[in-house]
Amino acid sequence: MNVASRLFSLIVLVAAWYVGSEIAGQRMMPGPQTVGLALWAEAQSGALAFHLGATLARVAVAFVIAMAIGTALGVWMGRSRVADRLADPWLVALLNLPALVIIVLAYVWAGLTETAAIVAVALNKLPNATVTVREGARSLDRQLDEMAQVFRMNRWVRLRHVLIPQLAPYLAAATRSGLSLVWKIVLIVELLGRPNGVGFEIGIAFQLFDVTRILAYAIAFVLVMLAIETFLVQPIERHVSRWRPKAA
Amino acid sequence: MSHAGGLRQLDVSIKGKSYRSAAGGTIEVLREMAFTLRVGAVGALVGPSGCGKTTLLRIITGLDSDYKGAVHLPDHGKLGMVFQEPRLLPWRTVEQNVRLGAPDASDAELDALFGALGLAAHRHHFPGELSVGQARRVALARAFAVKPDLLVLDEPFVSLDAALAKHLQEELAALVTSRHVTTLIVTHSMDEAIGLADRVFLLSPSPAHVVAEVAIARPRAAHTAAELAKIQEEISQALRKGQVAADALSRDSTEALQHDRNPL
Repeated sequence: MNVASRLFSLIVLVAAWYVGSEIAGQRMMPGPQTVGLALWAEAQSGALAFHLGATLARVAVAFVIAMAIGTALGVWMGRSRVADRLADPWLVALLNLPALVIIVLAYVWAGLTETAAIVAVALNKLPNATVTVREGARSLDRQLDEMAQVFRMNRWVRLRHVLIPQLAPYLAAATRSGLSLVWKIVLIVELLGRPNGVGFEIGIAFQLFDVTRILAYAIAFVLVMLAIETFLVQPIERHVSRWRPKAA
Repeated sequence: MSHAGGLRQLDVSIKGKSYRSAAGGTIEVLREMAFTLRVGAVGALVGPSGCGKTTLLRIITGLDSDYKGAVHLPDHGKLGMVFQEPRLLPWRTVEQNVRLGAPDASDAELDALFGALGLAAHRHHFPGELSVGQARRVALARAFAVKPDLLVLDEPFVSLDAALAKHLQEELAALVTSRHVTTLIVTHSMDEAIGLADRVFLLSPSPAHVVAEVAIARPRAAHTAAELAKIQEEISQALRKGQVAADALSRDSTEALQHDRNPL
């Protein structure tokens, strides 16, 4: 049922695309079959795998850095009022700094390097993770904390069995919004200053006004992210929330 | 100073404990609160609600260190605690909850505890799948699994229906008797105190201190109606002797006594 309704929804989307391309014309809006063929050609030549791989690697590294630092910062700010007051203005500044400004500044200060690219992306995601996790840290159960203290649980046990499970829904939310945000920003970083990756390819296609190639790469990446969501994020989430009583 | 059989006993002597109120003044919760509990004995603290019992337990368990005076735990000071609510980790199974509280407990010890508390079939259930009584039993199992030098129970059967509370009280009495754990239980039910304790400490209203101390002759044995009446008479007398000045207390406690006598 679930799979069938998803499939149906997808078929409607492709059909709408087809109709749209018929109306707008192949040049402005190439149809599904044209894009599919272009995708196949890119896959055959190996270019698709190369650029997808480069982009995915950047997404993974930037995401892990942003989540690790963002979570630590969020827990700290959620539990300590002083930390919250001290770090909040920085957080607000970072949250409201446009992604483009961070990227351009990173490239200006650190040169057109891989490090600059990763740092720029991580800095864009970090405040978002911090804000979400801070919310979770504020709602931590003091009673469980006291229990852990009376039973003299060590730091590791408290982290793994008391703290992180309480933060799990917030970490999941930060992961969801984070993955999509990070890959969008990675494309801009690649467009502006990297010699490979999906963003770089789309930049080239833009200069050639090659809408087919733009759509082919966009679709390839969306499919990859969909696969990550379905085969990685959702199973992890199911495992983590296995203790929750199931809705009938 | 206070050694019994080579083992240090629980020795509480708190000069004072106060809170700062929201209005800026200070509220004194405990004053000259002092008592000792022999190793292996069960002490029950009984007092009117709001007299500072929970504050006292927080000090004894080390959750609150902002007080004047001193608390000496029995040797090694390993604590097992049963809170008013079960306080289990909802994302861990019954067995994991107990093992996380008591990492040194052996499989055989856990088997015995789960058996004694009727939890054997629920080892792999999550707390959300348990009944209220089962969740309390898991909290008991966790506290006993620690093999504590001091077992602390904070009104462990509050808000349970009378039959279930009675049942759990009997299970607790059996465990305490077979394991010789030094135990401190806070309760507002005189019945529970008489049914479980070797010594009953009667507390005054806030700022709380021990008004009287009553030894129960045959602890955790089935008492006849006559024996119960005698114990209760003894408690009323002790109360009258110890500081009648606090009449609010005697009123409260006699009420509690009469209230508790009825269901017997």
